[in-house]
Amino acid sequence: MQVKYIKEDKQLIFKIDEEIDHHSSEKIRKRADYEIQVHIPKKLIFDFEHVTFMDSSGIGMLIGRYKLLSMFGGKTSIVNVNAPIKKVLEMSGVLKLIPIEEIENIGGNNLEKCI
Amino acid sequence: MKNVYENEMKLEFLSKSNNESFARITIAAFVAQLDPTIEEISDIKTAVSEAVTNCIIHGYEEKEGTVKIECKLFANSIEIEISDNGKGIENVEKARQALYTSKPELERSGMGFTIMESFMDEVKIESVLGLGTKVTMKKMIKANVEQEIKI
Repeated sequence: MQVKYIKEDKQLIFKIDEEIDHHSSEKIRKRADYEIQVHIPKKLIFDFEHVTFMDSSGIGMLIGRYKLLSMFGGKTSIVNVNAPIKKVLEMSGVLKLIPIEEIENIGGNNLEKCI
Repeated sequence: MKNVYENEMKLEFLSKSNNESFARITIAAFVAQLDPTIEEISDIKTAVSEAVTNCIIHGYEEKEGTVKIECKLFANSIEIEISDNGKGIENVEKARQALYTSKPELERSGMGFTIMESFMDEVKIESVLGLGTKVTMKKMIKANVEQEIKI
């Protein structure tokens, strides 16, 4: 997972570059919680451009980070979601809490710098 | 005419979380013989991932055990049986409910069986406390169904 923090916008971006299942979500969770508590961002963005697979473990992982950041008053969203993952996200109802956003709306340049 | 045939395979592995991706990729490779769509493959992979994860975290509670998968290919469908010899499910009806999880502390979403049921055409759960759980899932592979009708 690549992490980018944009100070001026208080945006924290997690670019995940592996399949998200029970095995990988434990690792992602540890790193994500550390970064969230260090930066306390206003906005947290999960970039799924390189995520090819996600099962329900990913739902639990996303909700957990959403809850943590909510305690600090921050918002969470997801970008670059492929169709199969969108299907899982829609089914779980998690999109009501963590919406999928268009990259343009959150500053596409920032995401580019992330790579 | 496409060659339609039956096939079968069995898979056994330790209940380690890094085998979750091994299991779903193996099943996906096996079912590829039926020429499924990308969406059908990803549905099957997700359902297998859910069932195998259940064996590991619920069946064996992350202790050592063996997960077994039996997979049968029919002319236009796949049947996957995923089983463990773990602790079993106390209340299968409750476990099937969306958002119910016995392990909220592990950040489980309680969506496992709901995903299996909506991504596969049929899901059967058999469980005996102290002996283990067996999940049997079936899915029609639509491309082949259409092909048969044409013939």
